[in-house]
Amino acid sequence: MKALKNYLDKIKPNFEEGGKLHWLYSTYDAFETFLFVPNTTSKTGVHIHDARDSKRTMIIVILALVPALLVGMYNVGMQHYMAIGQEVSLLTTFVYGLIAMLPLIVVSYVVGLGIEFAMAQVKKEEVAEGFLVSGMLIPMIVPIDTPLWMVAVATAFSVIFAKEVFGGTGYNIFNVALIARAFLFFSYPTKMSGDQVWVRTAETFGMGQGTVIDGYSGATPLGQIATTDAGSFGEFTFHGITGNPLSISDMFFGFIPGSVGEVSTFAILLGALILIATGVGSWKTMLSVFIGGAVGVLLVNSFAQNAMMEMPFYYHFLLGGFAFGAVFMATDPVTSARTEKGKWIFGFLIGLVAVAIRVFNPGYPEGMMLAILLINAFAPLIDFYVIDANIKRRAKRATASLKG
Amino acid sequence: MANRIKIKKGLRIPLLGECEKTLRGTVTSEVVRICPEDFQGITPKLAVKAGDTVKAGSPLFFEKNYPGMLFASPVSGVVTTIERGEKRRILYIEVKADATTDYLDYGIKKPATLPTEEVKQSLLDAGIWFLIRQRPYDVVASPDKAPRDIFVTGFDTSPLAPSYDFILQGQEADLQTGFDALSKLTSGKVYLSISPESSCKGLREAKNVVLTEFDGPHPAGNVGVQINHLNPVNRGEVVWTLTALDVAIIGRLFNKGIVDLTRTVALTGSEVKQTGYWKMAIGTQLKELFQNNVTEGISLRYISGNPLTGRKIDADDVLRATHSQVAVIPEGDDVHEAFGWASLSPRRYSAGCTYPTLKKAYRMDARLLGGPRAIIVSNEYDRVFPMDIYPEQLVKAIIAFNIDKMEALGIYEVAPEDFALCEFVDTSKLELQHIVRTGLDMLRKEME
Repeated sequence: MKALKNYLDKIKPNFEEGGKLHWLYSTYDAFETFLFVPNTTSKTGVHIHDARDSKRTMIIVILALVPALLVGMYNVGMQHYMAIGQEVSLLTTFVYGLIAMLPLIVVSYVVGLGIEFAMAQVKKEEVAEGFLVSGMLIPMIVPIDTPLWMVAVATAFSVIFAKEVFGGTGYNIFNVALIARAFLFFSYPTKMSGDQVWVRTAETFGMGQGTVIDGYSGATPLGQIATTDAGSFGEFTFHGITGNPLSISDMFFGFIPGSVGEVSTFAILLGALILIATGVGSWKTMLSVFIGGAVGVLLVNSFAQNAMMEMPFYYHFLLGGFAFGAVFMATDPVTSARTEKGKWIFGFLIGLVAVAIRVFNPGYPEGMMLAILLINAFAPLIDFYVIDANIKRRAKRATASLKG
Repeated sequence: MANRIKIKKGLRIPLLGECEKTLRGTVTSEVVRICPEDFQGITPKLAVKAGDTVKAGSPLFFEKNYPGMLFASPVSGVVTTIERGEKRRILYIEVKADATTDYLDYGIKKPATLPTEEVKQSLLDAGIWFLIRQRPYDVVASPDKAPRDIFVTGFDTSPLAPSYDFILQGQEADLQTGFDALSKLTSGKVYLSISPESSCKGLREAKNVVLTEFDGPHPAGNVGVQINHLNPVNRGEVVWTLTALDVAIIGRLFNKGIVDLTRTVALTGSEVKQTGYWKMAIGTQLKELFQNNVTEGISLRYISGNPLTGRKIDADDVLRATHSQVAVIPEGDDVHEAFGWASLSPRRYSAGCTYPTLKKAYRMDARLLGGPRAIIVSNEYDRVFPMDIYPEQLVKAIIAFNIDKMEALGIYEVAPEDFALCEFVDTSKLELQHIVRTGLDMLRKEME
């Protein structure tokens, strides 16, 4: 470690003002601070600082994403081998998922971080860590079969137009990962929905060759219920890709077709535990999303006309991106409401709108993405009214004191 | 029985180097230095020149906009140097101290029997008016405008803070005289806030005050928090604030007829070998205190004041005018910690739960432990800010210098010290106290 530090110190002059590589200073700084805690000491104000910084915060979120990512990878392999009718070992299943997923992650990080580094350089600022999380979220919420170039284009679009034009991490209005997802959804709908994209049936880097078995259908459970002819939920059954009926536990543990990160509610809840225990994610936002969702579903249930409207609320929570959105997207502090009261309202509205979109929208069975983006736009307004109450109270007090 | 107010938000930072409750002696130095920058919000005009002889209590300088407001010399002796910095700003006035302090006699008075004007004039003439600060703007109080109320904090909750109970032992008479004087200065009330654990008779049994107990972690002892819970400052109102230690100094003036700017100072911090209390006049050089009494071989940070709001000083610097505490902590610029973001080291302390809290007390250095960022994490400031104010939004209004917003969000109620804990926990490592100070100064310029 010491040799590395000496080497960094040796090459540092090249990157400083006047050095040959000064145009790469932000990049150098990003790597240096990644390797070593900066030893700058406070100049004004407090003399001691909390050990938590932006890097630590983002790392905790990534850590919280890991369970969902691992289970998701395993599920990619499992769905694949089920589709081609082969029985393989646990390890093979996982490795298939891993190599199917890795290119998406690499592309997302390379493109996004590339832009971030370049922008930081132009603005002569330090590289912000926000994209470390966004870059992991993007591959986790797109179908596994999304072409890599699409991921690249969508990532570039969202980093530039959803984040950097607003000023970078901390200033954006909309969740960066969801903008990438929305961009893909509206630009390339055929690759983002339907029953062909959620399960990778083709081989990956020569692994898992085989032909798809008869009776295969790659529709997601939400897709199935959205397009079903069944008149009521009682007549309807969810089925897996080989036609097998799906149990609640399949849905809970994540052995269903869907986006990599979103399938396993169990793993997502593990992540939620990490976020809540470390205080990085707001439990208020998470809980209120679920409350909003439950209230929405109970309302819809009361005048149900079809199977989708009759579906009980726990199915809503287990399927699609509901749990993932509640735990990892709605809690993004930058795009969420920033006041504590505001968070309750913010989360509640997301849950409510997500259910409304799911149930009443004929074309697209998933509502979480659009619900969060919509309520992101309202977050400043929610905060405005929460803070305005405080302002009014102060103004009233001042008037009362003048009279007294 | 005093009213008790419970403060839930806040944070007790488990810092190593708590002060041992022992009075170890008196520190004197050959020269004392008074730095006008310690008196927030004033423009100093010299009342002496190099070579002049002064007594303890005779003026060294006065406030440009209020020539009657004098600033006393803490010792008697000869003015040796007047050091100026950029734009001829006075950095410090150095007085070579006599072996025995010769006090200027102001006459023993009983403030309870004096008219308001005379109490005020006594403080101004004696050069200790600076002990009184005002909200809004957290500056030395302007004598022109009578305060709605006066708030006195009787305890300090900041990390490693000195015990007021210990310092104020035996000063009961001075305290009461001080409170009598203060009650003359306002037509409103004099509020005294104390810790529920306080056993100091001078505070608990004080008369002419409204006594309230504040129970909770730091910043329960901050006068700003107490004002916010007792009777908040509204637009157009002025309140004055003091610490009980300063009240005792005011009492001394009336009881003994002299300006005795001697403070009992707590020497604290993880790098101090022998902590404890020392008596010394303000402006006394601290060399003697640090000699052979601090860790050697690493770079150190010396602080006059507490580690949250204090001022960085050099090892041969002096005790600043408003402080009763000195702290020594590691500077940390010689530490290169690898992969801090992944660290599970028990040496790192975080108020949040992103690091395991394994120890009772931590040795913390002066590093920022991160780089400056935009405000990202929400609810971070609120958790350590027990006032009916939205700190994050107020800080943003200050950065944008939106006067209407600042007023609406409560800028008149706050002082930089109220944001010290926010600055400590801030993931984005912003200089919040500096931002608030700048905002208050600009606002004051704009308004007055």
